[in-house]
Amino acid sequence: MINIVLLSLLVVIAIAIIRMKDLFAVVMLTGIYGLLSASFFVAMDAVDVAFTEAAVGAGISTLLMLVAITMTGRKEKVTRHKPFAALFIVLITGGLLIYGTLDMPLFGSADAPIHSHVAPRYLNDSMQEIGIPNVVTSVLASYRAFDTFGEVVVIFTAGIGVLALLFVPRRKEEDEKIASINDSMHEHHLVIRIITKMLIPFILLFALYVQFHGDYGPGGGFQAGVIFSSAIVLYTMLFGLSTARKVINQGFIQLMAAFGVLFYGCVGIASLMNGGNFFDYNVLSDDPVAGQHLGILLIEWGVGVTVAAIMIIIFFSFAGRRELQQHSENNKNRESL
Amino acid sequence: MEILLSITSGLFLFIGSFLCISGGVGIIRFPDFYTRMHAAGVTDTLGSAMILTGLMFQSGDLLVFAKLVMVLLLILLVGPTTSHVLAKAAFHNGLLPQGLNTLSKSDDKEDTSSNT
Amino acid sequence: MLIAATLAIFVAMLLAIFRGIAGPTLYDRILAVNMFGTKTVLLISLLGFVMGRPEFLDIAIVYALINFISVIGVLRYSDTDQFKHRQSNDKPTEKEL
Repeated sequence: MINIVLLSLLVVIAIAIIRMKDLFAVVMLTGIYGLLSASFFVAMDAVDVAFTEAAVGAGISTLLMLVAITMTGRKEKVTRHKPFAALFIVLITGGLLIYGTLDMPLFGSADAPIHSHVAPRYLNDSMQEIGIPNVVTSVLASYRAFDTFGEVVVIFTAGIGVLALLFVPRRKEEDEKIASINDSMHEHHLVIRIITKMLIPFILLFALYVQFHGDYGPGGGFQAGVIFSSAIVLYTMLFGLSTARKVINQGFIQLMAAFGVLFYGCVGIASLMNGGNFFDYNVLSDDPVAGQHLGILLIEWGVGVTVAAIMIIIFFSFAGRRELQQHSENNKNRESL
Repeated sequence: MEILLSITSGLFLFIGSFLCISGGVGIIRFPDFYTRMHAAGVTDTLGSAMILTGLMFQSGDLLVFAKLVMVLLLILLVGPTTSHVLAKAAFHNGLLPQGLNTLSKSDDKEDTSSNT
Repeated sequence: MLIAATLAIFVAMLLAIFRGIAGPTLYDRILAVNMFGTKTVLLISLLGFVMGRPEFLDIAIVYALINFISVIGVLRYSDTDQFKHRQSNDKPTEKEL
């Protein structure tokens, strides 16, 4: 019942997003869409997914899209031509896909193929083999550690891509000039500065809780990394980019991003060295279960460090570009006067 | 004891639900942004506090109770702050309350303080 | 009572979505998102109790935090000149939506 209501709300919002021309409103609705789909995941009992969706879909990605809009423009481009051929193809493909689902087993049916191969083993044996209450974590970090390694590398690559496209090295005196503009703009936000100062330690602590509690409840490296970075993002938004760069050096976070991936890989290599398979944590310690615990702890660390560093890098690059643009616009205005 | 707890909890939940719905009606029915924000901001904070308190009576577990207190503190801290900043930003960017066409300094002060 | 409260939250969410779609100004939308976020926190806590899984509260905490961060972000970046001077020009066109 709840699922049907949530899904129909999702459809309503998706249609509204398509109909909107004002990109700012679209970003706001995307935020609502993220919140809604996360509550949908909660209602479906997929707690870890809901966690990620909450942190990434509703939080960071909304922010990044917003920064992008302030750099580009607020109105959607009006297209003159009517793409009927494309509509036709999309309709046919959609129809075929829906026709294809008719052959699939019913949603949630117990004898669906996906529930009859590896899932029973994960659910029944993971407690003896790995000894962690949260099955999602043991699948993600141990049974499918190689997949997760791939995901971390994908995130790392995305960070490098953003860095290559948007990063602008600055000279020091230029940096100070830009910083002075930025700070003068936000001196009047007193209340929010104080509240933020109160909240940031709490957010950082909570990120660590999510990181280390991932074995027992919802959470893990990905979520913790995003929450950790969101604290830094909050700081950056209120106190300016150059202040934040003084707290966390750009070079340092780039190093940390690479270090996290390397650390993850090294755990795999270490298990190879000890005579097991790649990411076979049983050999890391005398007791297989203790070895699993150690391995999962270590790779979650690697994931968390990389995700946090990459998120901070992406936000810094976006914000840096934006400041630079503002700076050049200000210069232009001054010249025209 | 058990019955007393569940009655108290139900009462709090009822008040909270009522406040939430009235806030929702307010955000739809009121004529301009500032009045809508008044409706949403006030009922959001109090309604959430009521519902979370109602849940606290049913928690039974110390950890769950502590987490509920944490959520409550966060909402109490964050809700009014966002309302304040929202009103301030709207006013600074030139959105005037309905029926107010001239911008004077005293109005500025009144408006931001009444909406926090 | 828990179920009734969940339904009430649903109704409030629906109304907030309506305001988010209808606009008319940018700030109405931000307000709607903020209210929707608070309602989501409540919904998740209530769902946790209805379904007997109180560890959902972790997610509610994340929501309360993330909601704050995104609203601050929206306000921080809507505070630019671009939004300021378009604000007055935009109003009539936005009402059409």
